Amino acid sequence: MPEIFPSSLEEVREAVRTHPRLRPKGGGSKPALSSPQEGETLLNLSGLRGILEYAPEEFVFTAYAGTPLKELEETLRAHGQYLPFHPPLVEQGATLGGTVAAGLSGPMRERFGGLRDFILGVRFVDGEGRVVRGGGKVVKNAAGFPFHRLMVGSLGAFGVMVELSFKVFPYPRATRTLRVGLAHTAEALAVLQDLRTLPLDLLALDLVPPATLEIRLGGFPESLEKRVQRLQSLLQREGEVLREDEAHWEGVRNLAFLEGSPIWVKVPSRLDLIPHLESLPLGPRRYLAGGDLLYAGLEPHGLKALRDGGIPHLVLRGAQEVLFPSPPEAFFAPIKRALDPKGRFPLG
Amino acid sequence: MGFLEELRALFPPGRLLTKEAELAPYESDALTAYRKRPLAVVLPERKEEVVEAVRLCYRHGVPFVARGSGTSLSGGSLPVEGGLVLALNRMNRILRLDPKARIAVVEPGVVNLEVSRRAAPFGLYYAPDPSSQPISTLGGNVAFNSGGAHCLKYGMTANHVLALEVVTPKGEVVHLGGPSLEGVGPDLHGFFVGTEGLLGVALEITLRLLPKPEAYHTLLAAYGSLEAAGNAVSQVIQSGLLPGAMEIMDRLSIEAAEAAVKAGYPQVEALLIVELEGPKEEVEEEAKLLAQVIGESGATEVRIAQSEAERQAIWKGRKAAFSAVGRLSPDYLVQDGVVPRSRLGEALREIGRLSQAYGLRVANVFHAGDGNLHPLVLYDGKKLGELERAEELAGEILKLCVRLGGSLTGEHGIGVEKKGYMPEMFAPEDLLAMERVKEALDPKGLANRGKVLPGYGQSPHQGGLKTDLGELYA
Repeated sequence: MPEIFPSSLEEVREAVRTHPRLRPKGGGSKPALSSPQEGETLLNLSGLRGILEYAPEEFVFTAYAGTPLKELEETLRAHGQYLPFHPPLVEQGATLGGTVAAGLSGPMRERFGGLRDFILGVRFVDGEGRVVRGGGKVVKNAAGFPFHRLMVGSLGAFGVMVELSFKVFPYPRATRTLRVGLAHTAEALAVLQDLRTLPLDLLALDLVPPATLEIRLGGFPESLEKRVQRLQSLLQREGEVLREDEAHWEGVRNLAFLEGSPIWVKVPSRLDLIPHLESLPLGPRRYLAGGDLLYAGLEPHGLKALRDGGIPHLVLRGAQEVLFPSPPEAFFAPIKRALDPKGRFPLG
Repeated sequence: MGFLEELRALFPPGRLLTKEAELAPYESDALTAYRKRPLAVVLPERKEEVVEAVRLCYRHGVPFVARGSGTSLSGGSLPVEGGLVLALNRMNRILRLDPKARIAVVEPGVVNLEVSRRAAPFGLYYAPDPSSQPISTLGGNVAFNSGGAHCLKYGMTANHVLALEVVTPKGEVVHLGGPSLEGVGPDLHGFFVGTEGLLGVALEITLRLLPKPEAYHTLLAAYGSLEAAGNAVSQVIQSGLLPGAMEIMDRLSIEAAEAAVKAGYPQVEALLIVELEGPKEEVEEEAKLLAQVIGESGATEVRIAQSEAERQAIWKGRKAAFSAVGRLSPDYLVQDGVVPRSRLGEALREIGRLSQAYGLRVANVFHAGDGNLHPLVLYDGKKLGELERAEELAGEILKLCVRLGGSLTGEHGIGVEKKGYMPEMFAPEDLLAMERVKEALDPKGLANRGKVLPGYGQSPHQGGLKTDLGELYA
């Protein structure tokens, strides 16, 4: 399989102009998205890495798309900041660009929002080798078409991302986790529903089927004890309090619970959909963000069940058909045609 | 049948306006310096009527502009001469408000504040709060990616729209996004938000609702200079706090607000409002840190709201500032450029210098947390050449913002007003990419023609779009 390693914007442009079909790859942590198909040249972007601008007092950075998240997060952490959408698969080598292309967020998206809420700008090479910029490098901006938002979840359909700008926030000074076991799924869902509508500013709110809730709080150490107690009395349960919870949540956001499953999927979920999802033959799984985001490990019949049930999902590893359903043709196709008229990139 | 005849078949007489007196109120929006006479205005009551009207426009090649309450400050809903206006205010139903799912599904003519009002009994609210929120509609908020005072922490309209039903300029109806906070595939609804009506008309909008914060801590600090207030903002951020809002007003705005609503503000060079929000235990701790930071920031006076009434009093002056400044001067222009927060001091000094150089007063009220300036350029339209001078000064301020690494607009949009400045911020290839997307979705160039894109003329076929742009940027 041909593979090229551009190390500059100019080399990306050259690659786009000379290869009829390209499959961009970052760290390869989502092989279903980064494995080249018949006739595609692999565009390995791991050479385009590094932070270009970072002003901690602005809460903004710009980095090359091929920058590994691990590297990025270490720099942010040194300034007491983080990516609040809590990207998954960091340990497995996920890059910033790959995370945008897949549109992935992790458990702490519950507090301030997902990837789409933190992306500020993009510089990409379109299907004709042209360099296009969208958005900007400031936290508030309403000028021009927001190409940066178009990149989220795009699977690289519109262009090769080269640079990305993001908003970041201060990392919580301290964290605590409360784990509560409920009698059955229905009871867990009822509690989840209540917690979602209360102003508790939870960092994470996960349902681990069948009936365990994991609730993470972040803030001043002085306030956390009181907030945990309030949560316990609200739930009328002591639960289990994790005072050192960092390692646990690192495991969750790296999707460690899916290890061993042949197929990994992301499913946009909802509270009212969970009972139905729970009736399907899914493997190891966890509902994040108050039930709105499911990561599940599947066997082939589990994937078939999702598809037959018409449930939207994205395959991260283990299958060829990655996106269901296809994007709405009447809106997607013209944009695709405008930016990638020769169909060099994935999707459509 | 001609276009008007077909329109008459679709809309009863009371909901199809063609007489001069009926059209007059629709000739401009809040950017009143611009006026255009449309051919007709229709008042749809159901989404099917919007779709039929758009299809009719497509068949006849008639340009159309959708509008809500007409609060655009950038001329975003200015009609096209001889085109159709789709006035969507009658489509003002909240179709579904599901507190369990934390979503609201609304028609485009629903007023922003109405969503929070209806969500309040469930302890929920809709976060984006543009100053126009008692009047402006969500269709317009979606088109312009409206912001407000809480954008640093909560983002803009795009971050609160989960799904859209849209009629494309060719009359096709598409569903973008879904009811979950997460999606798969390209974020097409996120892309639609902020394209200022150039790619279609939103028919239904799914919004996410948030739990209303439990506690607030609102602080007002007075400073001897705008720069000192700006520095205080940087210190708050450096302390690791993430306030819900940080706002600054200068002397002229303070005086105006005081004269208008008697907010009880100290008469100083600059006022900073900082508001913390969250669970009460957390806000208590944050307030201690904030007190320390503000104590060391050189504030000459600090007030802390001790009750909801006092909190409202602090906000009252800020919210009234625009209209209050309007009373100081026969006319004014509002800009909304953005600069990186750390360049605020520099930007304000330069605006002061420009104000002196042009001999026009500039009042400053701005969202300091997100670097979004709102300089109000005061002028008298009856004085010969003063509007032109004010526009030139406003333009200089926009260029300044771009030069400092910011944006032409934080929340008002480009509209007709700022499209001439787009090449300051974007390279020709960026703008051509926008043109191409526009052309692919709207081959006849009908949807909100003449806005945002500097290359787009009043006729899409005038000399060929790409050729024009190519020459323009050559």
